[in-house]
Amino acid sequence: MRQHWTRGALIVSSLFVLQACTTPEPPKKAAAPAPAPQAAAPAGAPTAEIEKYRAMIADGNPSDLYEMAGEELWKKAMGPKNATLEKCDLGLGPGVVKGVYAVLPRYFKDTNKVQDLESRIVTCMERLQGFDGKEIIAGSFGKGKRKDVEAIVAYVVANSKGATINVSMKHPKEKEMYELGKKSFFYQAGPMDFSCASCHADPGKRIRLQDLPDLTQQKGAALGWGAWPAYRVSSGTFWTMQYRLNDCYRQQRFPEPIYISDDTIAVSMYMAVTANGGKMAAPGLKR
Amino acid sequence: MKNKYLITAATLLALPMGSAFADAKFDKMMKDSFQTKGIASIDRLKQDAAQKYCSDPAVLAGKGNPKQAESIQKANMASIKQPADGKYIGDWKAGERIAQSGRGATWSDKADAVNGGGCYNCHQINKAELSYGNIGPSLWNYGKLRGYSKEVVTYTWNRIYNSKAYNVCSNMPRFGHFNLLTEKQMQDVMALLLDPNSPVNQ
Repeated sequence: MRQHWTRGALIVSSLFVLQACTTPEPPKKAAAPAPAPQAAAPAGAPTAEIEKYRAMIADGNPSDLYEMAGEELWKKAMGPKNATLEKCDLGLGPGVVKGVYAVLPRYFKDTNKVQDLESRIVTCMERLQGFDGKEIIAGSFGKGKRKDVEAIVAYVVANSKGATINVSMKHPKEKEMYELGKKSFFYQAGPMDFSCASCHADPGKRIRLQDLPDLTQQKGAALGWGAWPAYRVSSGTFWTMQYRLNDCYRQQRFPEPIYISDDTIAVSMYMAVTANGGKMAAPGLKR
Repeated sequence: MKNKYLITAATLLALPMGSAFADAKFDKMMKDSFQTKGIASIDRLKQDAAQKYCSDPAVLAGKGNPKQAESIQKANMASIKQPADGKYIGDWKAGERIAQSGRGATWSDKADAVNGGGCYNCHQINKAELSYGNIGPSLWNYGKLRGYSKEVVTYTWNRIYNSKAYNVCSNMPRFGHFNLLTEKQMQDVMALLLDPNSPVNQ
């Protein structure tokens, strides 16, 4: 355990160095690559650098720390009912964690809803442990009980590494959620007229030097959906899919999506189904 | 009259998924899933004609109704205001700073914060900046390639002010139309593209 923490600290400090070298935005002059008289460096160089770095520390993703904390939380008796989450059914039966993230979101009979991992964990915290889900929904990322949800997400997701994404559309509610999510993905609004599709519906696109996966095609969706949740180098924190979507909507200049609201689950459903057949590589490591 | 109702009923029955029923469900989902935060009010989910038209994947794939596209473009063109002081070209150095900054209009921005243009997010502009996006076309040598005529100047102003006047589903934000940039800021961005002394035109 102790060794892990020391290793984590080393990784985190080296990540800061990396960040200073490669962060393409915000465009601080000091951090940007030195302007060359002719375009000497290939435009994709910093992206290639972070790819190399990802490979280098593949064994030491700081997500490890969240995973360990999440495993402890999963097995610890907590809440008004003083119970663990070990009987929580995430979709493959009570207590099954292995491979479960590759089949989410999915329909759950007991709630009569399509749920993603985070909304399902909140359901288990409510029903098994007696916590108030509304408090978690009203909270903030990285704080209070939601912070616990995030660690549990890391633990659960890591147990699907390498699994084939296989999200069902058999139940009518699953099919409906997919259709609603697709519609939302293309929904343009706000002062910049953006939708998810503005950036993620064509192959080979970039914002600054950041590659944008085409989430409307299997290949891009498998890369995009399959790499999240992830440790986010630029913020030094672990980001769940809900957190990732929240920040996408912020940059889209939309109002804020409510945590685990139907829209966030629908868009997740659209991405996950499109990604079917790809491999789960999360927790990933992102700029 | 009776016939008309019959036809309506028959049409409703014949409609596949994606019909009025699904739309009502979608609208409710959106309304229930978002909340006002800071300057990003829930009203931002309301769509204008262009946004509504361009939210259809079939339209984006080139299968839209050309007449409808044209009429939306016309309305957008009609709403463009030319600069009040008659000047189109400002300071290219200030324009470069505006093109670099991607700030503004999110729920974490203050109402009185200065917005950026975020131009480099999508365009190559000055070749000295290697960190640029490719959602929009390269603007390197913009004026040098197109010349500096009145037509080019007005076209460029209009494009920055409201790109949907020319292409209803352009990915480019409508900087003047939605007050994302001030007139002065747009003049400065114009200079970056069209001042013969701007590094863009060397």
